[in-house]
Amino acid sequence: MRPSIPLLRGRGALAILVMALAVVCFAADDHNPYANDPKAAKAGEFQFRINCALCHGLGAHGGGRGPDLTRAHKKHTHNDAEMFQVISNGIPGTVMPANGTNGQGVGMTDEEIWQIITYIRSVEVKAPANASGNADHGKQLFYGDANCSLCHAVDGKGGRVGPDLSGVGGSRTREAIIDSVRNPSRRLAWGLTESTKEFPQEYETITVVTADGKEIKGVALNEDNFSVQMMDSSEQIYLLEKDKLRSFKKSRESFMPVYTPNLLSDKDLDDVVAFLLSVGAK
Amino acid sequence: MTGRDCDMTAYNGAMTRRLFERTQVLFDLIRNRFEWKLFETPAQPWKSGASAPRKLASRELGFSPCIAAILFVLMSSFVAHAQVTFERILNSNKEPQNWLTYSGDYTGRRFSSLDQVNAANAHSLAAKWVYQTGATGKIETTPLVIDGILYATAQDDRAFALDARTGRPIWMYQYPVPTDIRPCCGHVNRGLAILGDKVFLGTLDAHVVALDAKTGNVVWNETAADYRKGYSFTVAPLAVKNLIVIGVSGGEYGIRGFIDAYDATTGERKWRFYTVPAPGEPGHETWEGDSWKVGGAPAWNTGTYDAATNQIFWPTGNPSPSNRGEGRAGDNLYSNTLLALDADTGKLNWHFQFTKHDEHDWDATQLPVILDAGGKHLIAQANRNGYFYVLDRTIGKLISASPYGKTTWSDGKDAEGRPIANKAASPTLEGHTVCPGALGTTNFMAPTYDPQTSLFYVTARDQCDIFSTAPQPYEAGHAYYGSAYFPSEEAEPYRGFLKAIDPLTGEIKWKFEHTSPTWSGVLSTAGGLVFTGDAEGNFIALDAPTGKPLWHFQMGGAVYAAPMAFAIDGKEYLAIAAGSALYAFALP
Repeated sequence: MRPSIPLLRGRGALAILVMALAVVCFAADDHNPYANDPKAAKAGEFQFRINCALCHGLGAHGGGRGPDLTRAHKKHTHNDAEMFQVISNGIPGTVMPANGTNGQGVGMTDEEIWQIITYIRSVEVKAPANASGNADHGKQLFYGDANCSLCHAVDGKGGRVGPDLSGVGGSRTREAIIDSVRNPSRRLAWGLTESTKEFPQEYETITVVTADGKEIKGVALNEDNFSVQMMDSSEQIYLLEKDKLRSFKKSRESFMPVYTPNLLSDKDLDDVVAFLLSVGAK
Repeated sequence: MTGRDCDMTAYNGAMTRRLFERTQVLFDLIRNRFEWKLFETPAQPWKSGASAPRKLASRELGFSPCIAAILFVLMSSFVAHAQVTFERILNSNKEPQNWLTYSGDYTGRRFSSLDQVNAANAHSLAAKWVYQTGATGKIETTPLVIDGILYATAQDDRAFALDARTGRPIWMYQYPVPTDIRPCCGHVNRGLAILGDKVFLGTLDAHVVALDAKTGNVVWNETAADYRKGYSFTVAPLAVKNLIVIGVSGGEYGIRGFIDAYDATTGERKWRFYTVPAPGEPGHETWEGDSWKVGGAPAWNTGTYDAATNQIFWPTGNPSPSNRGEGRAGDNLYSNTLLALDADTGKLNWHFQFTKHDEHDWDATQLPVILDAGGKHLIAQANRNGYFYVLDRTIGKLISASPYGKTTWSDGKDAEGRPIANKAASPTLEGHTVCPGALGTTNFMAPTYDPQTSLFYVTARDQCDIFSTAPQPYEAGHAYYGSAYFPSEEAEPYRGFLKAIDPLTGEIKWKFEHTSPTWSGVLSTAGGLVFTGDAEGNFIALDAPTGKPLWHFQMGGAVYAAPMAFAIDGKEYLAIAAGSALYAFALP
């Protein structure tokens, strides 16, 4: 019996060590077992393409509806553990779905999620994204001379015809915002599937002539084959049955005017974008 | 799960308390049948050919001395009708008041010869009842209706039976779905098969379950495959002779696909056809190295049956990994193929592969529809790859392949007339645009063939995707795509249609554009109507020859199911699932 006691002790110690390692490596979703592992980052890049690029773009640079994940500052996560939770459970109140629920894929294993986090960390750019632009001046322009707030609201203040832009700085890249101002018709707010639509409406431009000859132009709030719900520039809502209209025209030419550099200089646009990014990052 | 269990307990409790009431409903059902048959002569309960009510329903009979004899005949007719025999399914055109298979009959036409609702009166259709399933997600079910009882499924492998006249439940069954399943595309189920006194359910964990049609009690439960490796069933099985035929899902996991046939009485597996041939079997040479072991080729949509040749026609899906051809050089038989199997043995008679060596997830699992036109015995399929194929179903020879939506992947045909992929269509690391996208020109949504207009109606989508490769190692039970696809930011918004195709010419006779693409199936009826649903929640009746919408009803939820028709008491009903509910409509 005696000789075996040290051995038992040794085994006990080993078991404790193994358990401790297991706790460190695998237990709880709070530590990335692949941190800084280039192999895992590569596997994560492919997982990212399959599961995330739909919204966040190839290379994680963001798309029309998902934020640029190469930014070091992320609105909803401060560390790997939080990022794991966000990928697993989604972000309530946004179009970020829980793992496996976007109808596009089969869902990832924990291991695959950690690989994706490793990949995202490997492509992060440490410099702040909104280096240029004067946000204070941008705010003045937004609510003043640039007339943005006639149609768009930020933090509850502004118009209702266009999309609320309070969150746009957090969910879109700088380039995407600039493009939306310079070429508003290029990409309306259309989504991929119901679950990934950024806005519940698509902001198509509708022009109708009612039975009594009145022409109404505005944005679609909703539409099906038989009815349309729309808002005109004075924020009047119209609820119309299509078969009672004299004419119905739908266009993907945005209701928003094209802001050419003559209307809004590159410098002023930079300031407006800086304002939107500063609000969106909150 | 806890919440669901809790709900079920409450539900079962309520059901027990209502046992008497329920029995009463059944008695009422029987009594009403008798009363109706004896004392009513509906103007046109269904189209001529449904002879039973005509023979028996004459009011002139009155209460003659032979009433006892009539009652006896009625009684035996009712008892006979309680059992759904193979012969009844074969002759389903004789009982258009019932809907006996997923597609209505063995041809897959989804054509109902009921004509009470027609182009002249469709505008006055009204909702008769709504059944809330209590499930969330997509309902893809097509109900069955047999002698006044409706059987259907909902998400998470629920099955239920309703009084089809009132929508009141008779029983409900919840299969115990394991919590660790990861089906690719939702916890969906497309419906049941019925044979004898049982209904048959394929489950998300790859079991086949036989339920007592009168109680929903489990009669037998057989395991087909290991769900932990990605095998599952979402398909409505097909009852042929005494066999329950079913195809497996799992093309996203690198499964080895198969089609099974089970003895309806005992649950014993009678045959299995592997859709990826093993070494030594014909077709094995179309796979590189060991790639066949994880070759995919699932069979997740219901096939059709031709009694004249005793053949089951069953379509298969994508090779795995779905979007990366590297490592599986070759045609990859029998992926994306229409199989003609001997119904008794499961032996392969002929096959036709639509997309060879697929790299775009273009499963060819769309319904193969049996039709006779121009003096030929045909089988037609509107394929996910954007082409409409017509084959001679006796020998599997291609007759025509015509595009019915936006396609960019093929600009040539092989010697047989099969569209072949151009080199530029293959996905690349950087990604590039190909039409149709991965969801296809059509998908699982059931089409219909209307023998009155001789037109094939199908839900179609114009969408292009960027296909980009993303190498992935195989690991059992894990996603195995090998690529990613997503829409181009610059691409046009997707467009969705209902298209009417002439199967003899491939010509599109008319198209009806939806506000956005829909996942709804289609039904045609002898009333000269086509029914479909849309993503905005409308159930729509259209004029079959012209595509003009005649009526619609807003159901409040997107449609992922297909409509069907049945009749009770001489009244024609249309039923369709939308949102979380099942709806039934009829004339006032």
